[in-house]
Amino acid sequence: MPALENLEFFIDPGRCIGCQACIQACTECDTHKGQSMIQLDYMDRAHSTQTLPVICMHCDSPTCAEVCPADAIKRTEDGVVQTARKPRCIACNNCVLACPFGVPKMNTRMALMMKCDMCYDRTSVGLKPMCASVCPSQALAFGTREEMAKLRPNARPVNTFQFGAQTLRTKVNLMVPRESPGETVDVTAAIYEPAIGHDLLKEVFGDGFQKGDA
Amino acid sequence: MSQPGTENPRDVERLTVPPDRRSVAEQPKWRRDFPIDFAEDDYTARRDLVKFIVLTSAALVVGQGWLVLKALFGKGGAAPPVLPVAEVDELPVGGAKTFTYPEGSTPRLLVRTGPEAFVAYDQQCTHLLCPVVPAVEQGRLHCPCHNGWFDLATGRPIAGPPRRALPRIRLEVRERTVYATGVEDSAT
Repeated sequence: MPALENLEFFIDPGRCIGCQACIQACTECDTHKGQSMIQLDYMDRAHSTQTLPVICMHCDSPTCAEVCPADAIKRTEDGVVQTARKPRCIACNNCVLACPFGVPKMNTRMALMMKCDMCYDRTSVGLKPMCASVCPSQALAFGTREEMAKLRPNARPVNTFQFGAQTLRTKVNLMVPRESPGETVDVTAAIYEPAIGHDLLKEVFGDGFQKGDA
Repeated sequence: MSQPGTENPRDVERLTVPPDRRSVAEQPKWRRDFPIDFAEDDYTARRDLVKFIVLTSAALVVGQGWLVLKALFGKGGAAPPVLPVAEVDELPVGGAKTFTYPEGSTPRLLVRTGPEAFVAYDQQCTHLLCPVVPAVEQGRLHCPCHNGWFDLATGRPIAGPPRRALPRIRLEVRERTVYATGVEDSAT
């Protein structure tokens, strides 16, 4: 338990280069050998190559566990939400549909929900998770808060997410620009915000870039 | 499982926050009964364990008692019906026919073993319910599925997998007609 006390997970989408090294490394994890639990999301595929690795955020109020009818999803005392317990999981897919971050994956062949458990065999003894140990740009980083503050002076960690009426505090942090306002990422509101970062492309390609899309 | 209403030290250590973010005391009972944290999920109160053992044992005792009472007093009821099965002259000696008794039962097998002698058994083999066929010359009934043999005179198993006798149908011959008057339970 104490191993995780100071070490934290940080996701920095701005650093992700889409190399998929984390996806490959994830299959090497001994808690789910051969199965990758990471999905690489394209943020705005029509306009950008920006990617974001999706790992489990380990919520303080895990929606996956809340909706589980078989009482199969449990959380360890250091706050890591584990893969469904095999004797209990009924492969109903509720967690897959309910997770606001889209993390759980249904392994239909094994009739078992599997998810990122932060490489529990490694992190529980103080090692980095597989993905964080291979990420070349450290978009997935595992370390102390002080380390991150020193290494990333332009970013700060945020771990509160708002999904409509639901507030989630997560064990995993998301790095946001330091000067950005607010302590909460309002995910549902952000869906309706215009995408940022297109100004640069506009300069390069002109106005037709946006028009062709609309 | 934690005890609702009592001070549980594990409530203090509770990590997981309910989705409405209100206190544990304000949550419905089922949420305490199905905790998300491993520590709480694995926790069994001594009182819960004792309750489980006592109630399970009580259920077993009640069940056994019910079976005993049923065996002692459940025999009564309507007398078995008397139904005509066959005419005596209908079957040659060594001949057999199937019938149902009582109405709607599984097939029963009637065999004429002598000029005035009839026997009838349930046709289902007591091993895996295959129909038995009479082998009157050998004085036996044969089940071809797994080569099981029964004694034609008593219905007892002689060879092969069956271990229980065929249920016997009581017969009565009145005025050249064979009547079935009851079913005897199969004996070992």
